[in-house]
Amino acid sequence: MATELPEGLVAVVKHDCPTCVMVAPVLATLQDTVPLTVFTQDDPAFPPGVRAIDDTELEFSYRQGIEIVPTLLRVEHGQVVDQLQGWLRDRWEEFTGVAPLGEGLPEYRAGCGSRSVEPALVEKLAARFGGDRLASRRISFGAEEDEFEAAYARGWSDGLPVIPPTPERVLRMLAGTSREPSEVVAVVPPDLVPCTVEKIAVNAVLAGCRPEYLPVLMAALEAACTDDFNMHGLLATTFFSGPIVIVNGPISREIGMNSGVNVLGQGNRANSTIGRALQLVVRNVGGGRPDGVDRATLGSPGKLGFCFAEREEDSPWEPLHVELGFRPEQSTVTLFAGQGPEPIVDQLSRTPEELIRSFAACLDAVAHPNLALGFDAIVVVPPDHARVFRGAGWSKARMREEVNRLLTRPGRERARGRGGMGEGLPESLAEADISKFREGGLHFVHAGGKAGMFSGVLTSWVNPNGGGSTPVTVEVRK
Amino acid sequence: MSGLEVLDPTGERQPRERRRLPRPDSIDGRRVALLDISKARGNVFLDRLEQLLSERGAKTERFRKPTFARPAPSVSRLRLLYVVQCARHDELRG
Repeated sequence: MATELPEGLVAVVKHDCPTCVMVAPVLATLQDTVPLTVFTQDDPAFPPGVRAIDDTELEFSYRQGIEIVPTLLRVEHGQVVDQLQGWLRDRWEEFTGVAPLGEGLPEYRAGCGSRSVEPALVEKLAARFGGDRLASRRISFGAEEDEFEAAYARGWSDGLPVIPPTPERVLRMLAGTSREPSEVVAVVPPDLVPCTVEKIAVNAVLAGCRPEYLPVLMAALEAACTDDFNMHGLLATTFFSGPIVIVNGPISREIGMNSGVNVLGQGNRANSTIGRALQLVVRNVGGGRPDGVDRATLGSPGKLGFCFAEREEDSPWEPLHVELGFRPEQSTVTLFAGQGPEPIVDQLSRTPEELIRSFAACLDAVAHPNLALGFDAIVVVPPDHARVFRGAGWSKARMREEVNRLLTRPGRERARGRGGMGEGLPESLAEADISKFREGGLHFVHAGGKAGMFSGVLTSWVNPNGGGSTPVTVEVRK
Repeated sequence: MSGLEVLDPTGERQPRERRRLPRPDSIDGRRVALLDISKARGNVFLDRLEQLLSERGAKTERFRKPTFARPAPSVSRLRLLYVVQCARHDELRG
């Protein structure tokens, strides 16, 4: 395969391009008068009467970054010093120093797209000729090995099928970010492995992500690997929880996330695969696997991946990220170590005073009715419940205040032994007024379908009061 | 003909092969580190273990993580590693 740059003039053409066909006689004339090398992309016999070099493998075109045919290059001392695309008689005459050229041809004709930039080919070529961008170890499956079974056999799957991470697919994924493949995004527990953009992209392919999801996934991983979020502890705990990813800001709309009907359920590619990819990075890069470091007694189905977007467009409240100090036009991910949802059913309350009491009564049982301050909660409020608060102008702060007021009581009312139950607060807190939730431990997020007088409670793993996890918000960088 | 080529999604940590040291004939006079991960009543278990080790002549040293919910702070991990290495060193000499 000839990929060296010949001295003099170089032309790149394809038979499928009418402009190339039109200038074919010009190239034949030129080849007799000036040093000219012609590369042909699709037909070694084209152009007729010209000694052309076969570039049907497109290596030369790819390496020279040819985007349009015909392209003329001027090469001096192994460097391209000038170039010209399409047909423009004056420019061709000036470029080649040969005039007149192309008598009888129109003055101007635009070129066509180079085969090397065809969407179906571009990643294949990048993988074949530009593969040195990728540092991951390459693994060849056996000739008779089924690629999906091979991925299972190597332990890369969470139990569901994964998409084989071919170099082409990984390169396509990497197009979703401007960050360098070699950039380290986070150090992933439990093995504390530095994880590059490329490794995240490989796992994003496994999970079924589209390239435009990659920035959200990178932000989620960054958040997961902070000391505050404590991913190692979350993995190692016998508790149910996994990382819940809440996406805010314009990116959730740009990548088509679901914030409406069945928001916490299945069926949306972004919601389903971003959360899954995060868990696959923890599994494959960090080495955190069930029955390894992951010691969950029961776990929860959300550990396959739990990711959703806030319904910001018709929310009565400021979105979660704005509440946390970001601007509305910023995009963020918030990681919450938890599980759920636990239903709050109230189809009859029509005033905020009634409905908040239903919220409080259900929230009282988070973790255990006799426990307080150690666990956080996020209430996912869909439009039907939200409008009850909207009508009366209740803010999120007011709702939180009301819940805390309703759920603050002396410690003896949550003491060990109360209600005949062994679990509860220690005797030392008996006389203190204890609120159910710590400061900053209760949030409201607007999401879900328009019909249904229900809300859903996401409950946390142990919060920082118990040495557990603090929710972490990170801005999405593309 | 070879099969599909893919990129390794793992952290590519080469598994290090480490052989176990031979089991000592006796633990008399050896040092043993006991790490309490601070789960409720873990001390009861370790107290008993310590007693059994002491009866067999081992010298014990106790460590405790501040919370079971997080990895041990790196300082105590280093110190523990040191103790383990001392123990192995003793074994090699013995």
